[in-house]
Amino acid sequence: MAEVKELVKKLSKKYGKTRENLIPVLQGIVDEENCLSKAAMREVAQEMDISAAEVYGTASFFSFLNTKEDGKYKIRVCKSITCDMKGKQELIKVMEDMLKVKLGETTQGKRFSLLETNCIGLCDKGPAMLINDEFFTELTPEKVREILGDYIRNKY
Amino acid sequence: MTDKVTLTIDGQNVTVDKGMSILDAAKQIDVRIPTLCHHEDLCVAGNCRICVVEQKGKNTLTPSCATPAEPGMEIETSTPKVRKARKDIMALLVSEHNTQCTTCYRSTNCELQDLAAEYNIDNDIYISVVKPDLNIDKSSWSIEKDDSKCIRCQRCVRTCAELQHVNALAVTERGKDMRVSTFMHLPMNEIVCTNCGQCITHCPTGALTERRYYDKIWDAIDDPDKHVVINTAPSVRVALGEMLGYEVGTRVTGKMVTALKKMGFDSVLDTDFSADLTIIEEANELLVRLKKAFVTKEEVALPMITSCSPGWVKFIEHMYPEHLAHLSTCKSPQQMFGALTKTYYAEKKGIDPSKIVSVAGMPCAAKKYEANRPEMRDSGFMDVDAGLTTREIGHMIKQAGIDFLELEDSNFDSIMGESTGAGVIFGATGGVMEAALRTAYFVITGRPVPFNDLNITPVRGLEGIKEATIKFEDCLPEYSFLEGVEAKFGIAHGLINARQIMDQIVEGKSPFVFIEIMACPGGCIGGGGQPIPTNDEIRKKRIAAIYEEDMNKPIRMSHENPEIVAIYEDYLEKPLGEKSHHLLHTKYRKRKRY
Repeated sequence: MAEVKELVKKLSKKYGKTRENLIPVLQGIVDEENCLSKAAMREVAQEMDISAAEVYGTASFFSFLNTKEDGKYKIRVCKSITCDMKGKQELIKVMEDMLKVKLGETTQGKRFSLLETNCIGLCDKGPAMLINDEFFTELTPEKVREILGDYIRNKY
Repeated sequence: MTDKVTLTIDGQNVTVDKGMSILDAAKQIDVRIPTLCHHEDLCVAGNCRICVVEQKGKNTLTPSCATPAEPGMEIETSTPKVRKARKDIMALLVSEHNTQCTTCYRSTNCELQDLAAEYNIDNDIYISVVKPDLNIDKSSWSIEKDDSKCIRCQRCVRTCAELQHVNALAVTERGKDMRVSTFMHLPMNEIVCTNCGQCITHCPTGALTERRYYDKIWDAIDDPDKHVVINTAPSVRVALGEMLGYEVGTRVTGKMVTALKKMGFDSVLDTDFSADLTIIEEANELLVRLKKAFVTKEEVALPMITSCSPGWVKFIEHMYPEHLAHLSTCKSPQQMFGALTKTYYAEKKGIDPSKIVSVAGMPCAAKKYEANRPEMRDSGFMDVDAGLTTREIGHMIKQAGIDFLELEDSNFDSIMGESTGAGVIFGATGGVMEAALRTAYFVITGRPVPFNDLNITPVRGLEGIKEATIKFEDCLPEYSFLEGVEAKFGIAHGLINARQIMDQIVEGKSPFVFIEIMACPGGCIGGGGQPIPTNDEIRKKRIAAIYEEDMNKPIRMSHENPEIVAIYEDYLEKPLGEKSHHLLHTKYRKRKRY
């Protein structure tokens, strides 16, 4: 708790305490804490003197401001029309099989989360996905097996 | 004439102030454009699109609520294109709406239902996509939230932000998953909510309603062992008629009493009686605080603030927990009434208090919560068993098959049915202050307050924050410490205005000695339990009716109410006495703010 408080204080000092700085502050928390906890959002509300519902409303709008704790590796498959038409659904199926989780879930041990995201601007090279900050384009089921297999074997 | 613009709507010329919307311009020439997300009290949202019109020279349709009138505009409000678009919009809204209208509390008083009927949404162009897993949130004592009926117009969100500055509700998620919800989708009883119910009166559908308790009341009425007592608040009598066929602003006091008796209430009493009692206690409390401040120089919290409005009380408990000492310790009239019903009333009537069911007919959603506060059991029982809103009472009258328009008038029962004009005006913003001043001035100087006909006009009206200054001269010896003092009194209604008043207090800059705060805009007449719709025009009419009722009362100062005189002689002994303290005063608690 105390740590979250410190972090929120530090971030709001860095970006400013007014409403328009809400998003950078929330991003800062996600970078440090991997997710936005209830306690963190309440701290932000207090620090910025806005309601907790408003903080949550903003956070829940953005895929990248996750409010539940995800795995160490967040796989985000683009769900926009282009990637959808180019076969993202099949990719998801492959990864669901490999990770033994459903879309939106996190593996036991919190290593991988399989998620969808809104457009990540790679429509010309769809279907596309991100694993944390690394992006992968023009994906096929084979490519996905290879990439994810590599992650499963080599990254901890 | 640069601040006026002239445009044509459906071929008619209309000249309006610059900045006015096409929608409002159309209203001026009685051209009706349908709306859903629009509400007079709130800022423009323009998200439902039902108000679209065709503008000459433009390919796309124009939302009339969100577009300012411009010179030379040619607007058509009912072209085939407009009608087709509106019908499509309605069909889309209905496809996402839980259309079980027959079981909906808002049926026949629903803006979506009305428009759906008008546009005759009889086809199946869009299949229903209501999410079956949406649960009805019944966790709060006051407010029920049913997302399957939400059309996401965000009127509640804007109400909570703009009128009340609580922001309990927010828009969450996005796209097809977008919902009006709370922090982390927590249930309504776990969030920072004042229960004021303004979201209910601003909701166009049945997504937000009050928790209903009338079935419980019918059961009690039907139980021969139970003695069911109802007391009705001042603003119920000036609004109830709206639900039963009367014009807005009609006083239906006598008919309401007759109807309640016909329905089987064993005793129909008047909350105004306990409003008068509140005034006696509160005025005396104020004088004690002033004496401490002026004479004995004790540390005392001034300004003192009224505590009649349970929405306001919960607001200060959440938002300014360090400043609760400013609140008067007086219970609200409802809770005073409840505590006395199961003690004084029971004793006088020789009825076993455990057999009494005490019901409060209120213009309020927060009163339901207040009745269920654990500390409100000073009579040894639950002081108030259930709070009903004006709307619920209207429904009950209809359920009983009573032809309201044809009823004779009758008077409140006795005891605790006698009231003064001062008790009546509690229902309007500024009313508690006016009532308190009528009595306090008399107590201090021995003379009536120096306003024409006792009408303290500066405290009246719909301005958000009002103030009045009264100079005390020729005081009675006991109050000589107030001689020549010019005291300032403040009034705020709507919690966003309450916040301004509180911020002054926090900064130590409040100029007032006594402040009245009501949670709802307009005071109780605009309460969260009042008939829907409510807007400023309606508020003004209800307020006018309240003051009319006041002028028609033979006695207009609380301390002259013969039943009040009697209760102090027979039972309470003296204001702020031991019994009063036990039954009529309460404590507040600090709550979390986020």
